[in-house]
Amino acid sequence: MTAALRQDQSPVAEAAPAPLVTVENLTVSFKGGDGVIKAVNGVDFTLERGKVLTILGESGSGKSVTLKAMMRLHPPRKTSYTGRIAIGGREILSLSDRELGQVRGSVVSMIFQEPMLAFDPVYTIGQQIAETVVRHEGVSRQAADKRALELLEMVQIPSAARRLKAYPHEMSGGMRQRAMIALALSCRPDLLLADEPTTALDATVQMQVLILLRQLQREMGMAVIFVTHDMGVAAEIADEVAVMYAGRFIETGPVGDVIGRRLHPYTEGLLASTVHGAQRGQRLETIAGAPPNLAKLPSGCAFAPRCRYVEPRCRETEVPLFHPKPDHAARCLRIDR
Amino acid sequence: MESKAQPLLLVKDLKKYFPILGGVLNRKVATVQAVDEVSFEVAKGETLGVVGESGCGKSTTARLLMRLIEPDEGAVIFDGEGVGEQHGLSVRDMRRNMQMVFQDSYASLNPRLTIEESIAFGPKVHGVSGKVARERARALLAKVGLDPNLFVRRYPHELSGGQRQRVNIARALALEPRLVIFDEAVSALDKSVEAQVLNLLNDLKREMNLTYIFISHDLNVVQYISDRVLVMYLGKVVETGTVEAIYGDPRHPYTRALLASMPSMDPGNRTTAPALTGDPPNPINPPSGCRFRTRCAFAEEICASTEPRLEMIHPAERHAAACHMEIAGSGHSKAMATSPPKAPPQPQHMGVVA
Repeated sequence: MTAALRQDQSPVAEAAPAPLVTVENLTVSFKGGDGVIKAVNGVDFTLERGKVLTILGESGSGKSVTLKAMMRLHPPRKTSYTGRIAIGGREILSLSDRELGQVRGSVVSMIFQEPMLAFDPVYTIGQQIAETVVRHEGVSRQAADKRALELLEMVQIPSAARRLKAYPHEMSGGMRQRAMIALALSCRPDLLLADEPTTALDATVQMQVLILLRQLQREMGMAVIFVTHDMGVAAEIADEVAVMYAGRFIETGPVGDVIGRRLHPYTEGLLASTVHGAQRGQRLETIAGAPPNLAKLPSGCAFAPRCRYVEPRCRETEVPLFHPKPDHAARCLRIDR
Repeated sequence: MESKAQPLLLVKDLKKYFPILGGVLNRKVATVQAVDEVSFEVAKGETLGVVGESGCGKSTTARLLMRLIEPDEGAVIFDGEGVGEQHGLSVRDMRRNMQMVFQDSYASLNPRLTIEESIAFGPKVHGVSGKVARERARALLAKVGLDPNLFVRRYPHELSGGQRQRVNIARALALEPRLVIFDEAVSALDKSVEAQVLNLLNDLKREMNLTYIFISHDLNVVQYISDRVLVMYLGKVVETGTVEAIYGDPRHPYTRALLASMPSMDPGNRTTAPALTGDPPNPINPPSGCRFRTRCAFAEEICASTEPRLEMIHPAERHAAACHMEIAGSGHSKAMATSPPKAPPQPQHMGVVA
């Protein structure tokens, strides 16, 4: 009670603890056959403990690349990073490989779209979870086995004791995704990275997994960065939303504001082209054209070639983030008039 | 909605069981009941949406219709002619009238053929001269929104996913079919591209008098594009009716759960409890009686012992559901005790109004 009061009275004291995640001017580029692919072109954000940030974007927007960069999972020889990623005070981009191994799993961990590819097919689920616990927490094998059982129960896998001895291929898609969440949470990370974890699941199972993730996130006080292309999924899980296009955050804000009071024409188009039953019989509004080629990005605003409000000045300079409200921002010159 | 007219496609008791071979002698050890006694009809000019989770048999049904796999039992009648029957329509002629577009736009195009060659291939096989087929390919490319001068000589790998799916649609239309089956054809596309392709499908349907079967797991897309909907679960039709009936007044507990699992799009009003627990069971040895009973909150003894038939609920909406709660006198505690006067006895398979 007193803590809450104090927070209300002095916003300075509230801002004092450093956010869990700070990303400043992050760029990621890959050397490929066709030259340099600029996948992420200057991303800035902060994320506090216990919050869910959803990165929303179409394929090729750089959302998964940003996520993998948080753990430096890109092939080291072909990838170059600039900028800064700090998670819980650790500078991810300057860690040695050994230090990185300590951070992965215990501070940051990740779940993927296809759990079948993330598990090793020749070990049981129980062995894989216990191995992670032993590796990071240095406990005995017996204690780790016990913890694996607790974890499977935590993610609500029925008859968990039996499932510990199951191989990944013996489980259904929804069950495997739950098991992967258990594996990712086995060392109580501060930050969970989720790369479209519900996209491959059936509708009824997708909702089960979303509700489970939300519940675990709240109970454990984790921060989550959740990547998706689905506005509906974002509405179900996000606190904050960042809309990504051509490697940049083009709109950020609380989920209700981004969906209800969007600022950027791309967000507007994305919402309009998301199919609802109510539009039956009507023509769907679409965004003309296709996302740009990341090897040769247009100058100025990357969305300009597809934008219905485009003006000559859009193509001239890079568009900064405008903040019409303190927590809601977008990169569009139309805001600046 | 006129059920008197001859339906374009009539499917009766379609059935396909896949054997699972195993053991030292490679004998049949189990069967997957992929599609089990599925019956429905598609009227001329309508779009039938087919929804269901993975393993419900929606894609197998499409493949059976195209005879990409042979059905074990059942009849497919295209515009009054039985497909593959002695005095009916040959499979080859059926395929000229019925075409299919698949989910994976890349895998369904031959990587060694140019776009033009791919589209002209079908007509050539069916006896159209090369010159005419190429002209038709160019016209179709223009129709699906791709500039023929830019695209005819390109190969599939030079196109984006949305463009490739447009090529697949053009190829499906090259034989001037009357019915097109879309099997998750927009599922792999980005939202903004998906909307473009859906608009294109609506335009083509109107211009070319087409009839569609649209298979998808995306309930929003099915609601947008369909006139009637077929809901499948573990190889069975559980509910069918007009899109208004299915989305406005769903009767089968599975349909209700499926609709309740759609994300709300409203962060202030989030889904708090899952509509269903668990995954769909394995179609190998499905549950006895009603196949949904293992996940159903209303399951009773009758559901395990007797399989519910598809019962007409509202004839005007052609709304039928296979649930004991909707069958008067079925013995389920939530069912009406006797037949109500407004529902006259119906023929056994409600999807078929012969």
